[in-house]
Amino acid sequence: MDDAATVSTPTPAVEQAAPLLRLSAVVKTFPGVRALDGVDLDVAAGEVHCLLGQNGAGKSTLIKVLAGVHRPDAGDIVWDGQPVTFPSPQASMRAGIATIYQELDLVDDLTVAENVFLGHEPRTAGFVHRGPGARRTREILAQLGHPEIPPGRLVGKLPAAAKQVVSMGRALSRRARLLVMDEPSAVLAHDEVANLFRVIRGLTAGGIAVVYISHRLEEIREIGDRVTVLKDGRTSAANLPAATTSTRELVGYMTGRSIEYVFPPRPPAPPVPQRPTEPTVSQGSVAAPVAPLLEVSGLGRSGEFADVSLTVHSGEIVGIAGLVGSGRSELLETVYGARRAHSGSVRLDGRVLRPGSVRAAVRAGIGMAPEERKSQALLLGEPVYRNVTLATFGRLARAGFTDAARERAEAARVTGELRLVPADVRRPVRTLSGGNQQKVVLARWLLRGGCAGTRLLLLDEPTRGVDVGARAELYGVIRRLADDGVGVLLVSSEVPEVLGLADRVLVMREGRVIHEAAASDLDEHAVLDLVMAGSLLSGAQAEGDLS
Amino acid sequence: MIDVASPAAASAKRAGWWRGDGSEPVRRNLGLVGVLVLLYLVGALARPDIFLHGGRLWSNELTVLTQASSIGVITIGMTFVMISGGIDLSVGALLALASVWSTTVATQSYGPGVMILAALLVGAGSGLVNGILIAYGRMVPFIATLATMVAARGLAQKISGKLTQIVKVTSFNRIAEWRPLGIPLLVIIFVVVAVLAWVLLNRTTFGRRTVAIGGNAEAARLAGINIRRHTLLVYTLSGLCCGIAAVMVTAQATAGSSDHGNLYELNAIAAAIIGGTALTGGRGTIVGSVLGVLVFTQIYNLFIVKNLQTEYQQIAQGVIIVAAVLIQQFRVAALRRPVPPGA
Repeated sequence: MDDAATVSTPTPAVEQAAPLLRLSAVVKTFPGVRALDGVDLDVAAGEVHCLLGQNGAGKSTLIKVLAGVHRPDAGDIVWDGQPVTFPSPQASMRAGIATIYQELDLVDDLTVAENVFLGHEPRTAGFVHRGPGARRTREILAQLGHPEIPPGRLVGKLPAAAKQVVSMGRALSRRARLLVMDEPSAVLAHDEVANLFRVIRGLTAGGIAVVYISHRLEEIREIGDRVTVLKDGRTSAANLPAATTSTRELVGYMTGRSIEYVFPPRPPAPPVPQRPTEPTVSQGSVAAPVAPLLEVSGLGRSGEFADVSLTVHSGEIVGIAGLVGSGRSELLETVYGARRAHSGSVRLDGRVLRPGSVRAAVRAGIGMAPEERKSQALLLGEPVYRNVTLATFGRLARAGFTDAARERAEAARVTGELRLVPADVRRPVRTLSGGNQQKVVLARWLLRGGCAGTRLLLLDEPTRGVDVGARAELYGVIRRLADDGVGVLLVSSEVPEVLGLADRVLVMREGRVIHEAAASDLDEHAVLDLVMAGSLLSGAQAEGDLS
Repeated sequence: MIDVASPAAASAKRAGWWRGDGSEPVRRNLGLVGVLVLLYLVGALARPDIFLHGGRLWSNELTVLTQASSIGVITIGMTFVMISGGIDLSVGALLALASVWSTTVATQSYGPGVMILAALLVGAGSGLVNGILIAYGRMVPFIATLATMVAARGLAQKISGKLTQIVKVTSFNRIAEWRPLGIPLLVIIFVVVAVLAWVLLNRTTFGRRTVAIGGNAEAARLAGINIRRHTLLVYTLSGLCCGIAAVMVTAQATAGSSDHGNLYELNAIAAAIIGGTALTGGRGTIVGSVLGVLVFTQIYNLFIVKNLQTEYQQIAQGVIIVAAVLIQQFRVAALRRPVPPGA
């Protein structure tokens, strides 16, 4: 990759005098990952600077460097003309950078005013002046165009949009000069976004700079001044004019990532006909199509996703692409019974599963590798074999007495097939790498091969936190499982992963499946387009989705 | 970065009992044995006439074990509850309730068998109530058992009229007197309960579920384990242990009383913590809890034989609890430190 060439792409319409913030060649490495690999960023006072990039491009790490959470390994940060370092979040805050994370860091049980001045309350000798705090809060909220928010109200009782205003109020109370907003619109309804934009415009008119992160291109066009695109931890394009750069061009800078994952080849003929009409001819029967393994129809949970219908056949990998918040993880958990569906049904082999019952799903032959491996799937202090047999130790037991020797043998067999390293099944799971921890979770469901057998695997972000080398191996494992006849429903925010691994792809946006196609008929570009803007839809439909 | 055949992994296989699954608890329990030895040395310095005289030491230690037996049985129930990630504050009160219920004039008229059965059923039944409140009422264990603690003690006072109920069934009282092979039956009961509990925790699906739920409830749920039903069973087990302990205490006192089991919840929790049971759940051993009880009782015994006031004993107890929790936190912090691959 020749970054010198890629960085010096189009320069902005108007170059401001001296930027408020300038990052150059910032590098941040984590064990096994180079999260930032030379990032350049210029932010001028009074502008809205948008940051674009796919999942894993380094946006979150960049924000944390700015917020003083991470210290960069190399590169320079120039703030207001002075080279600086932010050794701690407090240092960054004191300099005048306020970060509003996606999950707002407000205290629900404190009032609006208390939240705004949290950590720097107007006080004398430890006694908080409530009056001035409330008065200042009212001023700040008025300045943000929201004088109707009562400073004495508990933050927990406010709607999401108002909470966001309070977060911005906190930034203002600290006299921040740069506001970093991480996907602020993800939690907002359509009309609330318009409101948010009004507030942002008010701030920038006062000379405050905003770094705005969003996946929604239409928002970037509306609010943004300039755009910087990240890819693989590098700045792939800097200071593009937000209003005029074409979608095609922007997506172009985001795609074609240099880390090419090695995907296992798909079976030569699609394992299962997508529309099961043609191959049944040989059977001479009209009414004998290949029945799907999993059939989800009209599934919905209010506020999360609606009217989702999909099928997975035995031996098929179906991928769901979508942003965080598009309802994909919720959908997977509902299929698994970890959440109770409000409407619709889930059938496995034609039999309806009891809604809201994980145990029914597991008994029917469904296994899941959840998104948060450590908090949702593993007993970190327990040895590998006990994690592998977590769903089966009862079946391997005799009359209620567990059989550790048999468990170890079975676990060793399955983890051996998955090439777990190190192979010792007595080690605590805590000591394994991310990729090997994921293998332990997969092994849990493979172990049932001998017993009831896992028919369907639900994988939520199976390669999160897994380094590049181990990824290819996991992909191989997942494909092998499918070849053995297991159906796989896969969720990933990494578009190349979905495209490379799945046979068929569903695209989700705002709780609905908006597109379905064979993976070979889609490319990264088209999927990103769909995921971010839904531009393949007609305008009318898009409007309908939003309202 | 992935070491295929690390020497550490190989040595782990060779010295499995030491480096394998249970190395941390094993080391910790050896530490507790060390503390016990230390306490004997202190005893030998303080009262050489007892601690350096075989016969007197033996009889003194049997006294210690007898004292440890009822609180020990309760600690074992508490250990299961704590490993499952909960807490049971009601154990002392449940003991009192079971004791009173099994010694009413009416119950006594049916003989010792029914008295014992009544104590066990009252204990297990009250534990079941705890379990229902926590598993199906979704109450926080701390609050649910705090409520049953107050209510059970009150009910015990109501039934007994705050009067001590003398046990007139002599065969029942013999439970505390009988010494087969010179060992008090109470101690034997303690040992039997401990052995059964060890098997239950380490060799059965019940024990495995307990550890799984306490270690990571969400993972257990997503693996298809019925968390609610199991939580219910764990609290019922703790209640049953209270019933067993009630029989032991009542027979020792030859009376049922609503004052029995006072502060037992504190002693049981403290002993379990000293024995290495994590307050956050998922970790704990029966051997550790038994040693924890023995350490406590031995300290208590030293105060008695030195004729020191019990106030000092309570102060010492508080200090020990603080020390035990601090040690546990350091251990957890050490565990959380990143482990180099293959180390």
